[in-house]
Amino acid sequence: MDGFVALYIFMLAAFTGHEIISRVPVILHTPLMSGSNFVHGIVLVGAMVVLAEADTNLLRVIGFIAVALGAGNAAGGYVVTERMLQMFKSSKN
Amino acid sequence: MNTQEILQLVAKASYFLAAVLFILGIKRMASPVTARKGIVQAGFGMVLATLATFAVTGNHNLLLILAAIAVGVIPNWLWGKKVAITDMPQMVALFNGMGGGSAAAIGAMELLKFQAAGKAPDKVTLALAVVGALIGSISLTGSFIAWAKLDGRMDKTFRFGGQQAVNLLVFLASVGLGAYTFVALDQNLIVAFFVTALAFGVLMTLPIGGADMPVVISLFNALTGLAVGFEGYVLQNEALIIAGMVVGAAGMLLTQLMAKAMNRPISNVLFSNFGGGEGGA
Repeated sequence: MDGFVALYIFMLAAFTGHEIISRVPVILHTPLMSGSNFVHGIVLVGAMVVLAEADTNLLRVIGFIAVALGAGNAAGGYVVTERMLQMFKSSKN
Repeated sequence: MNTQEILQLVAKASYFLAAVLFILGIKRMASPVTARKGIVQAGFGMVLATLATFAVTGNHNLLLILAAIAVGVIPNWLWGKKVAITDMPQMVALFNGMGGGSAAAIGAMELLKFQAAGKAPDKVTLALAVVGALIGSISLTGSFIAWAKLDGRMDKTFRFGGQQAVNLLVFLASVGLGAYTFVALDQNLIVAFFVTALAFGVLMTLPIGGADMPVVISLFNALTGLAVGFEGYVLQNEALIIAGMVVGAAGMLLTQLMAKAMNRPISNVLFSNFGGGEGGA
């Protein structure tokens, strides 16, 4: 990926992130924090790729940790967010 | 096109769809009416991206990958299901720390590979690998301290004279060691870099009181997002770049909004020790 293309992607993604949550009500601050915490669990995908490429035992050990932590981020983040947002079921829907 | 190229294409297309689902999901989670749909949508994106990744990884270390996913998913899923609803903020901190740790570990592996090869592919890749690893490490240990404090496992706020100066020194040492990888890729220096970065995460979080923790967790959440985005560049993986940067930017804004809702500028939260009960705005 060309350096400037990456820079444009970084910039556009940053504006997107800023824009899509700019009108969040206070009551949703914590659930939204939890939800975005789940989304960066995508690091799991990167960890899987590097573990697949690992060819020494040291790299395999670190890669195993990376995948396990990333998977924990995604799985735990989802359950916790889902449970928090269940509280909005009866009141608003 | 051979099979390998088709699988690559399937993975790239899935990452694109996942990125769209993540952005829509976060947008929906910012409104009470659609919030529940938002997390389900983002969840689909995650499952899609994860499954698609198996198309790229093939059967290299496949059992190891599957075992690591099981080790990560099963206990944390069950734990997240059963904790009391009032304990949610510290669980967010814990899972966020894991994400930061994962990004830091990816950075460590890339740096070790560069070291083994004798050089990095280019300066930008090396710089982002180092910065991502630094931020990810800080987020890892900082989030774990935040979790321990909110979970009542560490009641005392830990302070001493000149603490800010010590923290600054440790931070500068870590940045310096990280910058030194541009001069020489030495394994001991890389280890020292990670040790100082991890230590800084602990040191910066120790003096912050429990009442301020949600803002700090939100900051670490944004930092993990940035770390994931930077390591995504190193791996040339668009899904990580987009999701990481969106979360990084959204998280930074959310941190400011949360601090504002408490009527305190973010610098006070980080440096004035208000939440522990002394001093303040």
